[in-house]
Amino acid sequence: MKVIPIVHAQAARSGCDDEGTGEVPKLDLPLVRREFLKGSGVLMGTIASSSVLFSLAPSPVWAVELKTLSKAEGEALMKMGRTLYPHKKLPDAVYALLAKDLDADASKDPQAAQQLKDGVAELNKAAGGSFAKASDAKRKQVVKGMEGTPFFGTVRGKCITSLYNNDMAFAHFGYPGSAWEKGGYITRGFQDLKWLPAPSSQASPKPWFG
Amino acid sequence: MAKFDQNDDSVVVVIGSGAGGGTLANELAQKGIKVVVLEAGAMQSQASFINDEWKSFLQLAWLDPRTTSGTWRVAKDFAGLPAWICKTVGGSTTHWAGASLRLQEHEFKTKTVYGDVKGATLMDWPITLKDMEPWYAKAEDKMGVTRTNGIPGLPGNNNFKVMYAGAKKLGYQECHTGRMAINSVPRHDRARCMQLGFCFQGCKSGAKWSTLYTELPAAEKTGNMDLRTESHAVRIEHNDLGKASAVVYMDKDGKEQRQKARAVCVAGNSIETPRLLLLSASSKFPDGLANSSGEVGKNYMRHMTGSVYAVFKEPVNMYRGTTMAGIISDEARNDTKRGFAGGYEMETLSLGLPFMVAFLEPGAWGDEFAWYIDNYKNMAGMWLVGEDMPRSTNRITLNKDVKDKYGNPVPNVHFDDHDNDVAMRNHAFGQGEKVYKAAGAVKTWRTPPYPSTHNLGTCRMGNDPKTSVCNAYGQAHDVPNLFISDGSQFTTGAAENPTLTIVTLAIRQADHIAGQMTKKVL
Repeated sequence: MKVIPIVHAQAARSGCDDEGTGEVPKLDLPLVRREFLKGSGVLMGTIASSSVLFSLAPSPVWAVELKTLSKAEGEALMKMGRTLYPHKKLPDAVYALLAKDLDADASKDPQAAQQLKDGVAELNKAAGGSFAKASDAKRKQVVKGMEGTPFFGTVRGKCITSLYNNDMAFAHFGYPGSAWEKGGYITRGFQDLKWLPAPSSQASPKPWFG
Repeated sequence: MAKFDQNDDSVVVVIGSGAGGGTLANELAQKGIKVVVLEAGAMQSQASFINDEWKSFLQLAWLDPRTTSGTWRVAKDFAGLPAWICKTVGGSTTHWAGASLRLQEHEFKTKTVYGDVKGATLMDWPITLKDMEPWYAKAEDKMGVTRTNGIPGLPGNNNFKVMYAGAKKLGYQECHTGRMAINSVPRHDRARCMQLGFCFQGCKSGAKWSTLYTELPAAEKTGNMDLRTESHAVRIEHNDLGKASAVVYMDKDGKEQRQKARAVCVAGNSIETPRLLLLSASSKFPDGLANSSGEVGKNYMRHMTGSVYAVFKEPVNMYRGTTMAGIISDEARNDTKRGFAGGYEMETLSLGLPFMVAFLEPGAWGDEFAWYIDNYKNMAGMWLVGEDMPRSTNRITLNKDVKDKYGNPVPNVHFDDHDNDVAMRNHAFGQGEKVYKAAGAVKTWRTPPYPSTHNLGTCRMGNDPKTSVCNAYGQAHDVPNLFISDGSQFTTGAAENPTLTIVTLAIRQADHIAGQMTKKVL
């Protein structure tokens, strides 16, 4: 995690040792946000107010820093994720996790990085310029054409965990995750379905509550 | 915890602490017999279990390298993961769903009843259901199986409601919340089920029976059991008389250790058990320890399996509550009018979001797949589990080209479906779809077999040493103080989940071992 050091001005002594004057000194730091994140690319976006995540996220604005891949490469991979697993209402913030995780692999392994860079170049070439800017139909066609290639396998395989094994996806798809700390579901609707008749008591006895 | 000396050759060494090994160790310890349990996995607990599918998988699963071959789809989709079983104290009893059904009478004599099925190595068990009944009763009491011993059935969750509604419409007669080794009421100092929904990830409430927090602590209390965790058996040694004499194992620091033994009981599940015997080949046993029949590793069965998932117009939230929440048993009968021998059970199943995307249709992508995931909340699911045909060519062998971290050849699991398996699976898929359509499903999906959670038959029992590895007590024909103590013993697979039968055989084997020791035969 990037930490921006906060430099305290020398405080005049007052009643408490740990309180300063409240003055915030002008520091010699670059003010442009982009420059704080020293990676090679930054993906940024906003969660739409219509998304379930809008009310759950601490901020609707999200940013993912890429260390090895460029912003354009990250965007191409995000779009490839969306083509492979097209969930209309699933925010870009989740697809950005795919780019983030692939970027992490690329940062650890030069061969992985090369496969991704070459793969993205292929996507762009097949799309006639920019894969990320191509139409849905065009992107589908391009991705189908790459099926079976190692690059395709890498990205598709990564989607399984990057897109779906995170809190945002859980909230979006309606999977609450861990249950034991909430006491399970025995008092939280494990048999609350009303659109079918209840089974017989022989088939499904009542739960025991003492 | 008792600590026995490595040179103490009066101890029984049990390899594996799961349904077979854990039960056997406790039964022997209760009888005053000294036991050393060598468990390759580490110690976990209700506290350390994790309600997270991927994290839990990494915590509990057997992940030592394995290879696969054959035409089964697992070899393509999960080439390095033929089985989803455990490497942890308690073995796969930490991960299992709890389904505890007795095998049916005819399933102990499939050669007699099904006759000659070409390309299959059907054989009658050397025991009958009648022989097993007294021990089945003991096992059901030990495990606290619902609908036995005065224990009420579990309450059915939403997933079960959907199955039941469809089953009733189709005219199925045997649909209920199952016979489960999960407490529906407090019993044996363990709480009743809280319907957590993470049965496969280790039961954090302890309501589900597992040797980890039942048999093993009970054995420890006797002072007759020395449980050594992270102790990976790599070779069974024998003396000049051909009797098992010691087990060589690698400890948690990777150092080789040797424990002498009066008797050795192997319960590493059906891939590691034959592998260990094959790794223990010697000049006296050139094809592997206790393998004069050549059957060690062969007749590997994984049950006919598959799943049907269905999307409905309204939410089901199937993840709430027990994973295996109910069963339809009507199709478990043997009825060749359906086009195959043997039968299958239909049991509810639920996967969380992370595993659903991994297993619904491995490798799938695109609009249709995404539609199913978009409708995750509205999904119900069932697992079809039936009798697959034993075959000589479905087998565990040593892969000399791939070595594990100790330098030993890894096991290769070769599997090809038999025509009977395919016919049964197609029928089961069709019936599952019918159940869900009857309940109002909008769309259904046929999910192929997962990496095998039921693994059986690789050291089969029989009366003839030429065609079997062990006798009716799991005692190796070639080595009288060597026992097979897990599902490797199964002569044929039957339609039912195997754990209850594995526990039953272990209780019975313990009685036999104790008797043999008293008679000074062992």
